[in-house]
Amino acid sequence: MSTDTDGRFPSVSRIALYAVLVAMGLFYLAPLETGLMTAIKTQDAFFSSTPFVPPFGDGFTLQPWYEAWATMQGPLTDFSGALYNSAFVAIPATVLSGLIGSVAAYGLTNLNWRGQAAVLMLFVAGMFVPYQSVLVPLTRFWTIVGLQNHLAGVPFLAQRVGLIELVVTHTAYGIPICTILFRSYYASFDASMLEAARIDGATFTRIYRRIIFPLSKPMFAVVLIYQFTQVWNDFLFALVLVSSPTSEVATIALNKLQGSMVQQYNVQMAAAFVAALPTLLVYVLFGDQFAEGVAGES
Amino acid sequence: MLESLFRRLATRGGEESDRSGGSDGDVRTDGGTVTQTAGSTEGSQRSWRESEFVRSLPFWLPPALLMGLFVYGAIGWNAVISLTEWEGFGSPDYGDLDFSMYAQMLADPTFVAAARNTVVLLVAFTVVSLVVGLLVAILVDRGIRFENTLRTIYLLPMSLSFVVTAIFWAWMYNPEFGLINVVLRGIGLGFLANDWISDPSTKLWAVIFALMWQFSGYCMVVYLAGLRAIPSDQFEAARIDGASTLRMYWRVIIPQLRASTMSAAVVLMVFALKAFDFLYVMFGDTPGPSTDILATMMFREAFSSSNWAYGAAIATVLFLLALVVIGPYLYVQYQRGDL
Repeated sequence: MSTDTDGRFPSVSRIALYAVLVAMGLFYLAPLETGLMTAIKTQDAFFSSTPFVPPFGDGFTLQPWYEAWATMQGPLTDFSGALYNSAFVAIPATVLSGLIGSVAAYGLTNLNWRGQAAVLMLFVAGMFVPYQSVLVPLTRFWTIVGLQNHLAGVPFLAQRVGLIELVVTHTAYGIPICTILFRSYYASFDASMLEAARIDGATFTRIYRRIIFPLSKPMFAVVLIYQFTQVWNDFLFALVLVSSPTSEVATIALNKLQGSMVQQYNVQMAAAFVAALPTLLVYVLFGDQFAEGVAGES
Repeated sequence: MLESLFRRLATRGGEESDRSGGSDGDVRTDGGTVTQTAGSTEGSQRSWRESEFVRSLPFWLPPALLMGLFVYGAIGWNAVISLTEWEGFGSPDYGDLDFSMYAQMLADPTFVAAARNTVVLLVAFTVVSLVVGLLVAILVDRGIRFENTLRTIYLLPMSLSFVVTAIFWAWMYNPEFGLINVVLRGIGLGFLANDWISDPSTKLWAVIFALMWQFSGYCMVVYLAGLRAIPSDQFEAARIDGASTLRMYWRVIIPQLRASTMSAAVVLMVFALKAFDFLYVMFGDTPGPSTDILATMMFREAFSSSNWAYGAAIATVLFLLALVVIGPYLYVQYQRGDL
């Protein structure tokens, strides 16, 4: 709220303020920076050098990245690596829950009927349910459904049964948050605009297709970014639902790598960056707008 | 809450609604608006509205059913399984239901420790993240340069999965080579160096600190939004009254951030319930009595030891715990007309 009054020479308190803010920035960046520096050092170098200092001389290597990439991704040609599997889950689940959420939110906006609050309450509460409280029945459910039998002969999908289960599960769990986000957005629309369309004889479906859906673009961007991050970063559902090594997602592969090589911190760090790259990119590219939107600044 | 967060992103460009209503629920339009705009033709509107309800069903009912099956159906099913003795072979025996798993739980010292750790983690992580987030937000709100860059940096850890965070922090906490001990030794505080994530007395706090690192930036952003929503004449008025800065924040500003605090706290608690991922990657499925939480215990019982019914019973307790957090939040939202 307060700014420099003279505008020429920063006061002592001003310098202290920036010092604290930069120190906080360093605090948030330190684990990432340390990880990055470790990931470009040889085994000897990261044991003998200070963790956050860049490597020098023959301490520098990109070998951890090759190894991390080979473990996380495998050959680029056969679409079987963990990163592909993550994308195979995250993209459909994100798009599906976004679309479904938008449609559901439209059905729950600008109507005035008894019980609407209760329905909305169920949608909102759905966001906060801990995954643990559904794990046992979920496992049981997919055992009973027996997807692997139904898909036995289908190429590509037969090896990825766990991933299909993940897509459906994540879609169902994404519906609450997507619906609520879209609903609060739709509720801010000018009601008279929709009223005019109704008076002109447009049907409920047509209003969605012609007016609401095209206007939803900014919210779709937000919902898709958020949901993509959530699904990409999920660990627990994948841990429970994916049993075959061919359909491991990135978080699972990363955890296995960590468990199998206790001392190879450089490869672990490189793999962590590889697995985090898509969501890190999303935040670096859109984080500014994200924070700005949150801060309500113009 | 989250929705206000993303709504702001979607409507950036500084419409007045962005500044008017706090971090939370500034758009309170709902069904009422339609009634107001077309209020004169009551009769025709009633029939229109009813048919509209019926025609809206196809839009929200299928998703509601899908969610009902996977979320609420599963919770109910979990509760039923928790009343069986199911150990994973064949199907659960639904003919013989009792509360034996809950009796076993109360007599289990592991459960008592896990429940205690869960509450400590939930409360300490939430409070610490809120305090750090608030302090940073107050500093960022003092008209600084490079605000956008700093905010992006503060928010960056939130984009990471718990798996990645756990791997980074396991390295930070490494007793010999980790950054924390290396720095402590470097500045002459070597006697403070510790094996942070093995020592039972520091383990849980090491976890809480790492989680604070991941989410305090989010709190900062929510608080910043809350601070910006407070009219600046209030800052002026307090200053004219001669109040010190500290006093002004404590008496005037912070009390008005209740909505921001509440929305951030709810989101934090939800993430705290997900801290399983972090603990599992760092410690495996047995983090030990000082760090075991209900989520890790539940997973261990159900998926490692095949005590499915017991796992389901712990999961039910976990859900009830979540309900204690969500319930009041939903109630307040409902009372304020935000639902």
